[in-house]
Amino acid sequence: MSAGYLKTVWGAVISLLALALQPAWAEYGLNMPEGVTPLSRNIYDLHMLIFYICCVIAVVVFGVMFWSIFRHRKSRGVKAAQFHHHTTVEIIWTAIPMIILILMAIPATKSLILIESTGDSDLTIKITGYQWRWHYEYIEEDFGFFSSLAPESNEARQLKSGIDPNEIENYLLEVDNPVVVPVNTKIRFMTTAADVIHSWWVPALGWKRDSIPGFINESWAIIEEEGTYRGQCAELCGRDHAFMPIVLKAVSEDEYYDWAGDMMVAALDADVGADREWAMEELMERGEQVYSTFCVACHQVNGMGIPGAFKPLVGSPITTGPLDGHIDTVMNGVAGTAMAPFGMQLNDVDIASVITYERNSWGNDLGDMVQPSMIADRR
Amino acid sequence: MSYAETHEHHHDDHDHKPTGLGRWLFSTNHKDIGTMYLVFALIMFFIGGAMAMVVRAELFQPGMQYVDPQFFNAMTTMHALVMIFGVIMPAGVGLANWMVPMMIGAPDMALPRMNNMSFWILPFAFTMLLATFFMEGGAPAGGWTMYPPLITQLGDGFPFLIFTVHFLGVSSIMGAINIIATIFNMRAPGMGFMQLPLFVWTWIITAFLLIASMPVLAGAVTMLLTDKYFGTSFFIAAGGGDPVMFQHIFWCFGHPEVYILILPAFGIVSQIIPTFSRKPLFGYESMVYATAAIAFLSFFVWAHHMFTVGMPLAGELFFMYATMSIAVPTGVKVFNWIATMWRGAMTFETPMLFALSFVILFSIGGFSGLMLGITPADFQYHDTYFVVAHFHYVLVTGALFALMAGAYFWLPKWTGHMYDEKLGQLHFWLSVISVNVLFFPQHFLGLAGMPRRIPDYAVQFTEWNMISSVGGFVFGISQLLFVWVIVKCVREGKKADEQVWEGARGLEWTLPSPPPFHTFTIPPKVDEATAHS
Repeated sequence: MSAGYLKTVWGAVISLLALALQPAWAEYGLNMPEGVTPLSRNIYDLHMLIFYICCVIAVVVFGVMFWSIFRHRKSRGVKAAQFHHHTTVEIIWTAIPMIILILMAIPATKSLILIESTGDSDLTIKITGYQWRWHYEYIEEDFGFFSSLAPESNEARQLKSGIDPNEIENYLLEVDNPVVVPVNTKIRFMTTAADVIHSWWVPALGWKRDSIPGFINESWAIIEEEGTYRGQCAELCGRDHAFMPIVLKAVSEDEYYDWAGDMMVAALDADVGADREWAMEELMERGEQVYSTFCVACHQVNGMGIPGAFKPLVGSPITTGPLDGHIDTVMNGVAGTAMAPFGMQLNDVDIASVITYERNSWGNDLGDMVQPSMIADRR
Repeated sequence: MSYAETHEHHHDDHDHKPTGLGRWLFSTNHKDIGTMYLVFALIMFFIGGAMAMVVRAELFQPGMQYVDPQFFNAMTTMHALVMIFGVIMPAGVGLANWMVPMMIGAPDMALPRMNNMSFWILPFAFTMLLATFFMEGGAPAGGWTMYPPLITQLGDGFPFLIFTVHFLGVSSIMGAINIIATIFNMRAPGMGFMQLPLFVWTWIITAFLLIASMPVLAGAVTMLLTDKYFGTSFFIAAGGGDPVMFQHIFWCFGHPEVYILILPAFGIVSQIIPTFSRKPLFGYESMVYATAAIAFLSFFVWAHHMFTVGMPLAGELFFMYATMSIAVPTGVKVFNWIATMWRGAMTFETPMLFALSFVILFSIGGFSGLMLGITPADFQYHDTYFVVAHFHYVLVTGALFALMAGAYFWLPKWTGHMYDEKLGQLHFWLSVISVNVLFFPQHFLGLAGMPRRIPDYAVQFTEWNMISSVGGFVFGISQLLFVWVIVKCVREGKKADEQVWEGARGLEWTLPSPPPFHTFTIPPKVDEATAHS
């Protein structure tokens, strides 16, 4: 019986040790990635140090325990000793753990001081968490964009979609607009949120930081290798918490400036058309795009919502009621629900077109149009 | 002097018990109330377990196969609430109800009517909580930690969640007051505090933790309620409030809470290991002091649950050092258990098997806990499956395994029958193997980058999730065997004598098995042989 017991426990210990032998196991994703920044390597080394110390302690402590289990059993005819105190031993085994802990605390303190040194950055990116996408704002360059789950993954992740996730490249870890950064540059990330708490995490950078409404947190990274690094939201943020990934592309400085230049031009173009009259077809076409990016997660493709969780838009008193109420709901949200105030996220054209789309789709046929100027008037 | 000698002449007068439904509804008897707590915990264990099965089924492979993500979130949230407040806590109180009066030589709990009420609040509280599944907006799905602003997006179920927490708090505080009043006032003559069995000691400390921490939770959830319905902005940033403040208050309750769950488990294991080693507990005094030290420190480490919210460096350092320091008294306990086994004469009946696996597997949870307490490393570990693996090692193979060890240990005393040893050991081996298949791979998943509380994952996490799910299903089914062993033991089995276990020491083992309805109506005399085991 106890041979079997030993086997089980040794199995556990051996798997723990196997965890340390990375090269052989790397493809199964057994251990923390080493990452590509000074911080991530520092944290990785700290992680391995504590892990090895724990392994040694485990082998010693469990070793003594199993020795006892083997030798001091009634079936071997031993007679139980009756001692129940030994002051010296008790002092020793209180003191030794204290010393080990202090030895662990020294490198941990050094790491922490390094992690919190966010000054002297060359580039600042403000990250805002939304239900359920990220917004990136390049503070110095003055442009920003939303980054949402890529459409292929989004289609495959629907309940009983029938699409095999293994067929999708980077399933759930791909976005429409990745965040692009230069290598070998000290980047300061400022994280905040617009609705609920999220947490921005790219394991290759070595840390995650909560993005919290009303707060701005700071972290930093110097990425030393070009490449694409992926991560996910790490703080439960509602229904689609699992579906707001992060894709970070680290490129050469030249490539980064080309990209940033294009983004700055695109930012100027985005508001084009806000001051003209839009035709119904234009509004409907743009509205469908906006809807399938920002609204579809809750209200669904068919506008029916999810019973008990998210309200339907088909025949609803808001989408088929007075226009004012509809615009108000979209721009200001509904407090205490997952309906966010989209006035902050979307521009005039997007809001006008998506409201037009909602009032004229899935059997809603009010026929009324909302022009961007009507939205501008309300800001 | 044995129990029979002192109680022979008036034995019959006191052993008439009420019958029918009234016996249970209006019970003021610590044994009956203890039984009700334990049966309630067992029922809730299967309800919470069913929710875990839904979670593991959905996570068996990537893609969404069975449930909507919102319902998945409700499953993880409710699983935690049910397991923590409906299983581990009531089971601990149930054992305290049964064993504390018998261990200290008291006739019953000090406040028997309050005892009745603290139990009967529970079924109503959980009915209310489970009813939220049928309400507009569904069951709570924002995590058992109820972080705002997310939790305030919950629909009609929200006030029911808050009032359930209030009910559970009232029940726990009343139970805690009762346990303290009993132990402080009703110990048999000659039984000083340093003669108390360790299970009793851990419950004194747990009871104080309950009284200190439950009101903090009640305050936090009441502020959530007023934020949602009465226009306050305690935690709403737009109104000048602070969402992080909730986390500080919650974990100021939450960290003592984890010791509320584990300290009685320490107590149970400290009863069982000496019994089956046939040797007194090593370092009794240091066990008591270590338990008290853990409880004291538990009030100063809460922010290690929330290192990633962005605290000042000084705060992060303080909470890291404080957290690491808990490893010292915890280590002392583990060393004392091993020293108790050392040069004993051990046998390995089911309670001992569960207790030994507790020592090892809880220690593994302790190691991962130490790793999580190192702030820089926590920036990687936080909110991943590594955390899920950690707290399931300390709560399932820790608290739950100790409760099962306690159930096997005391079942013969409660029922008067020996349980089926073969089936008990089968239950143990199935459980201990499957639980490691279930939770060990989750360490790898977390380190490799899988966040917790997600219903679907990237394909590189498939293999370990499949293995984990298989372990989960086997562990779940194995628990039906536990019910069968209990039912069988209640109905039949070899007659158990007073002593039950060869190495058992303490007042409860001087009583007949099963003990009469009322015990120790005349205080027993405590001597060397009956003092703490």
